[in-house]
Amino acid sequence: MIHSLKFRAAIVSVVLLALFLGIWEGLNAPPGDTEPLTEYEKLMGGASQEARVPQPSAVFSLALEELGNPFYDAGPNDKGIGIQLGYSLYRVLTGFFMAALVALPVGFLVGMSPLMQKALNPFIQVLKPISPLAWMPLALFIIKDSEASAIFVIFICSIWPMLINTAFGVSNVRQDWVNVARTHELGHLKTAFQVILPAAAPTILTGMRISIGIAWLVIVAAEMLVGGTGIGYYVWNEWNNLDLTSVIFSILMIGIVGMLLDAALASVNRLVEYQE
Amino acid sequence: MSSHFVEVQGLAKRYPAPGRGEPLTVFEDANFGIDKGEFVCIIGHSGCGKSTILNILAGLDEASDGVVVMNGREVAGPSLERGVVFQNYSLLPWRSTLRNITFAVQARWPRWSREEVNAHSLRFLELVGLKGVEQRKPSQLSGGMRQRVSIARAFATQPQLLLMDEPFGALDALTRGMIQEELIRIWEETHQTVFMITHDVDEAILLADRILLMTNGPQARVAESVQVAIPRPRQRTDIIHHPDYYRIRNHLVDFLVNRSKELSGSAAGAEAQVGRYPRIVDPTREPESAVADQETCRQAAM
Ligand SMILES: Nc1ncnc2c1ncn2[C@@H]1O[C@H](COP(=O)(O)OP(=O)(O)OP(=O)(O)O)[C@@H](O)[C@H]1O
Ligand SMILES: [Mg+2]
Repeated sequence: MIHSLKFRAAIVSVVLLALFLGIWEGLNAPPGDTEPLTEYEKLMGGASQEARVPQPSAVFSLALEELGNPFYDAGPNDKGIGIQLGYSLYRVLTGFFMAALVALPVGFLVGMSPLMQKALNPFIQVLKPISPLAWMPLALFIIKDSEASAIFVIFICSIWPMLINTAFGVSNVRQDWVNVARTHELGHLKTAFQVILPAAAPTILTGMRISIGIAWLVIVAAEMLVGGTGIGYYVWNEWNNLDLTSVIFSILMIGIVGMLLDAALASVNRLVEYQE
Repeated sequence: MSSHFVEVQGLAKRYPAPGRGEPLTVFEDANFGIDKGEFVCIIGHSGCGKSTILNILAGLDEASDGVVVMNGREVAGPSLERGVVFQNYSLLPWRSTLRNITFAVQARWPRWSREEVNAHSLRFLELVGLKGVEQRKPSQLSGGMRQRVSIARAFATQPQLLLMDEPFGALDALTRGMIQEELIRIWEETHQTVFMITHDVDEAILLADRILLMTNGPQARVAESVQVAIPRPRQRTDIIHHPDYYRIRNHLVDFLVNRSKELSGSAAGAEAQVGRYPRIVDPTREPESAVADQETCRQAAM
């Protein structure tokens, strides 16, 4: 029996998932109230009333319900999961593309010019390790708008991997290829677009992939701080409502959307990849 | 002095020594000329500065001393008039075979239409026997095929001077022979002026009109210019039967084995006169040295 590696891996995945869900379901089953309740338990509402992690079956039925109607809007504290995710995606993509608009040209410049590399390096080294959330108070004070502040935080956190990878990719383009451009008398712009950009594109896209991953991590925390809308706010709000089923469901959704974002950039990466 | 198409005068390359020592002189006082339509090979031991000379001719590297004049104009920077076939092919891996050629053709004739560019590029791919693989990426080609693409790219731009840095160095003997023959065929069609580096004595005799010999570095020199007076068209299989073949070959091997060392470094200063062309040698007209040469050749072969 020869099965492809893919097929066997899929089987193992399914088995692991089933095992995990089974244990989760079993461990958290509410015990039946068979024994007569003590005076104290009667007062507290019985063991079945105790807060416990919801079972996967409960999460699953909530997911069916939520995903069946993802875009309902019943007031500020009760919006469908689709709307919340939409807000978060909008912020992430806006911040991310604004960061790309800045990081790619600046990264190109830094990569092309040893002078700019030396001059800008200290700034990059200091700014890069700052947690993006540390910018939040300053952003709120200066921008005075929570929506824009969240986007700014995404902007700040996505800029570094893109900038650094672009500069690295550009400065490490093989000298041979640059020499090909030179012997064909290509101008600066043509060299940049016909040789350096395609040569550095895979490195640049890796930077963009790292960036969007970080941006998606950060948006949840940022929205917990800012409040109002978005998947981060949704998680926090459901926690305040002690609705753990919804919390688990939204955690899952965060994971799935993050995976899709990465897959989208991975497929772009495949377009520009080349083999030496 | 200015009768040659390419004039190399007093060329030298020095690298500053680490610390405060004497600068390292790779080669100095290189003087030679290349005529229009001539095929010139240069041979010398590894590290004597052949690639450096070629890169200076291409305008990719700068000389510490001396000038290169082509067509009456000093070489300053790379130009489409000087095509380069790099040792490692240097194809752009994200472009298809055809797009690698159109890249060069477009750069050469920016006003050509897409159809003209494609047709011209395809013609040169055909010339090197690569019809049918134009859509493949370089990574999907064999080493020999890649080198042919690289040669097609250089020929397609029809430069006035073609510079080749050990173009067949990385190929196996069989492929090498095939591409050599192709190169001869193309060269006979185009009468391109060629300056080529090689390590292979037989290859040099097969291809060249003239072979420049360099002494060992550091402070290497272009010591001799050997005429290859074997008539064309030449064939790889027939040329070894030519009566002059072994005379030339022995002379080259003797130079590489013995004299490149003896003449190297400052010792050369005594014999060589600064600013002069290298001694022109025609081994077929030096009967007295032939015996000695055959001796060394036998030694080298052992
Ligand atoms: N940046 C550098 N600093 C010091 N020396 C250098 C530098 N670059 C090259 N060289 C020296 O220049 C010499 C000539 O190099 P070059 O590549 O021209 O040799 P070559 O004749 O082409 O050798 P090969 O046949 O192995 O290709 C070498 O001895 C090398 O050590
Ligand atoms: Mg070399």
